[in-house]
Amino acid sequence: MLENVGPNLKIQKLVGCEMARKKIREYDSKRLLKEHFKRLAGRELPIKSAQVTESTDFNELALKEPWLSSSKLVVKPDMLFGKRGKSGLVALNLDLAQVATFVKERLGKEVEMGGCIGPITTFIVEPFIPHNEEFYLNIVSERLGCSISFSECGGIEIEENWDKVKTIYVPTGVSFTSEMCAPLVATLPLEIRGEIEEFIKSVFTLFQDLDFTFLEMNPFTLVDGKPYPLDMRGELDDTAAFKNFKKWGSIQFPMPFGRVMSATESYIHGLDEKTSASLKFTVLNPKGRIWTMVAGGGASVIYADTVGDLGYAAELGNYAEYSGAPNEDEVLQYARVVIDCATADPDGRKRALVVGGGIANFTDVAATFNGIIRALKEKESKLKAARMNLYVRRGGPNYQKGLAKMRSLAEEIGIPIEVYGPEATMTGICKQAIECISAAA
Amino acid sequence: MLFVQQVSCVIDDAMATGQLFSKTTQALFYNYKQLPIQRMLDFDFLCGRETPSVAGIINPGGDGFQKLFFGQEEIAIPVHSTVDAACAAHPTADVFINFASFRSAAASSLAALKQPTIRVVAIIAEGVPEADTKQLIAYARANNKVVIGPATVGGVQAGAFKIGDTAGTIDNIIQCKLYRPGSVGFVSKSGGMSNELYNTIARVTDGIYEGIAIGGDVFPGSTLSDHILRFNNIPQIKMMVVLGELGGRDEYSLVEALKQGKVTKPVVAWVSGTCATLFKSEVQFGHAGAKSGGELESAQAKNQALRDAGAVVPTSYEALETAIKETFEKLADEGKITPVKEVKPPQVPEDLNSAIKSGKVRAPTHIISTISDDRGEEPCYAGVPMSSIVERGYGVGDVISLLWFKRSLPRYCTQFIEICVMLCADHGPCVSGAHNTIVTARAGKDLVSSLVAGLLTIGPRFGGAVDDAARYFKDAYDRSLTPYEFVEGMKKKGIRVPGIGHRY
Repeated sequence: MLENVGPNLKIQKLVGCEMARKKIREYDSKRLLKEHFKRLAGRELPIKSAQVTESTDFNELALKEPWLSSSKLVVKPDMLFGKRGKSGLVALNLDLAQVATFVKERLGKEVEMGGCIGPITTFIVEPFIPHNEEFYLNIVSERLGCSISFSECGGIEIEENWDKVKTIYVPTGVSFTSEMCAPLVATLPLEIRGEIEEFIKSVFTLFQDLDFTFLEMNPFTLVDGKPYPLDMRGELDDTAAFKNFKKWGSIQFPMPFGRVMSATESYIHGLDEKTSASLKFTVLNPKGRIWTMVAGGGASVIYADTVGDLGYAAELGNYAEYSGAPNEDEVLQYARVVIDCATADPDGRKRALVVGGGIANFTDVAATFNGIIRALKEKESKLKAARMNLYVRRGGPNYQKGLAKMRSLAEEIGIPIEVYGPEATMTGICKQAIECISAAA
Repeated sequence: MLFVQQVSCVIDDAMATGQLFSKTTQALFYNYKQLPIQRMLDFDFLCGRETPSVAGIINPGGDGFQKLFFGQEEIAIPVHSTVDAACAAHPTADVFINFASFRSAAASSLAALKQPTIRVVAIIAEGVPEADTKQLIAYARANNKVVIGPATVGGVQAGAFKIGDTAGTIDNIIQCKLYRPGSVGFVSKSGGMSNELYNTIARVTDGIYEGIAIGGDVFPGSTLSDHILRFNNIPQIKMMVVLGELGGRDEYSLVEALKQGKVTKPVVAWVSGTCATLFKSEVQFGHAGAKSGGELESAQAKNQALRDAGAVVPTSYEALETAIKETFEKLADEGKITPVKEVKPPQVPEDLNSAIKSGKVRAPTHIISTISDDRGEEPCYAGVPMSSIVERGYGVGDVISLLWFKRSLPRYCTQFIEICVMLCADHGPCVSGAHNTIVTARAGKDLVSSLVAGLLTIGPRFGGAVDDAARYFKDAYDRSLTPYEFVEGMKKKGIRVPGIGHRY
């Protein structure tokens, strides 16, 4: 609920498809809030913010946003990670020239946040707002409704003050009334209670209108009696893009911080974007001796699980999944990359490549195997140099033909290939792969 | 707050009431898709159903019938243009199978849920907005209805009823013995893995009684525990198998149900995603699913919680099959399993195309074309494959010379042909215009008459869609509509944009 980095970050979005809840930059959260608050609440919020990236020309920016030259400023990275203040990445009370210097010194520099290392590419610049009150507001979409949390003790000490956070639950389809809001604002002084209640209600309307799934202001304050978010985080449901693209404007869904793709991963990512099929590839340990190339999203996770659950996580080279009926050529290009990585830097010890999969619904197994077989033939000498042993398991339409082709390939190129169909368990070949690499030379 | 909790208890019990389907269940199928419907009907035939499981089809903007096979017999299934009309025409059909796209799945599903005759809605589309699904969940709970999906392949009650593409090919259905009921209830998030588990379960038990894939979304319409509680009330189900995934908290409602003693039959469970700890940063996995927020949502924590609550949880997926086997054998030893009556399923007649493909039958052609041949992977003109035509840089004239004169004519000839007939090339003998040209030519008429016969065939349903498209585009342009507004407007009116892909 608070800072979502560290161990949580590692497993976020695991088994997550491309369409789901996506974090957006603070700049975009505030832009959406400012643009749509006016439409939905009929009032304006005095939010000012600017985005700075590598391509920003400060002179142009100052012309577009004149307040940058006339006010004292705050600058911080806008990279989907929190704890920026505690990490010394926030600078307060600067003029524009100082902001430019601050940015210049840090742009493109790598930082470590919660175990993830990555370069800072985007900053947000805002007016410096001296303030006393710090309020906390958080809205989360849940299965049967939305929870709304509020506290008058927001800011960086929110975790210490968690007992002061009040939460209500608004069930789906129920309109959010003042009675429902009352427990949140009951302890506020009368002169600000009405304003803050109206603000919470309007933000909730906006949350629903724009398909937010998560929104947090920690803190927001009052400027001339009007709510003003100092820090804001948001997540949108990007499956709702088809109905919101106008309202969202040019929105970015940045990659999670610290996720830097290698050249081979980028290449597969590029293939993936070009096809309606799904092609995923992540290197876990380039020196690993068990490599996988698995059909199906659910199955591919289970293959990686099983290698780990059997105690050989350290030897697992990669996670790789192909699904959604890629054509033969796509499979060929994909398999080439997997084999190249799996056979890199031979060290004389045996390796295993697990070509796995469950029982396909309608994918023609023989056809997808054609692409893999072509790649294996091309890479014959590399496979031999790496002492690669292949383990194949697959079922589904035409699997007999596909498996037969794999068996004859073994004879043709002289590489050990064990082949199984739906009569064998799905992950039996993980066990065999482990036995293979642990057997004495 | 209190109110909400009370509601959830009451409705959870309501959802739990047993069987969703039977051997007489009939469904309405939204958005005509030939293959999944035919697969449902083939399953029906395999199970010895007396009536087809699809009563009617809803195809927005279209009425009439669709011809499909029920065994050897060809049947006509009524097609309706609205949900209302379909429900009125088929009041006993209580399942709604929604093959709408992610854009329109929520609206059509809500329309179906509002029909008094519909009890179960299965949503296949992936990418339905979360907020829309939540509306469906709220409506279904308040009205005691069941939503399966979105983002699911569906489910199957063995020997009785199958949703859409569930369980794959006929061969697989037979191998998994889904044509007759066994004693195991199965529920998973992943639709892809459900096929694998049907197979596993058939191998080590007497088979599936009912299997449901709830779909990989953050908030599925019905949850793992919803179905487990329901299975618990079905006397024929003796044990349950659950395949969960990391992310979300759904497995914990099952943990609660187990702890409270609400589940009285053995549950074998495995939550996949233990490998998550191997990843240094957020990694995008291929499969649809929830995002995991914290230790509680990890596969390890869920497996442990399920184990602590009394479920049989193996140490890895590899040991799942043995766990299922042992649990089943224990029940059998205790005499709790009624022996299944084995039946021999009838042979489902093969479709001509797949029979030809597998080399089992041959069928005479109706038309002989000695010039163009589009039977293989690649069309050929007079025996020259399309790729060579492109690679050799042939022009329209060369193509026409191949098609009309069955050989490559010299350049001066092809240039002449290009001038004359560049705009007249067609793509096959099976469209109305080409057909009439051929018929006229076979009647012995001259070239010009034959061509004219073909050209005069152009009308609203053949080749003339461009006229309509142009009218619509001009009208939209004149009214300064954006492409989005135009398409949405047409959709609301139920009119297909003419000329695009011959269909939409």
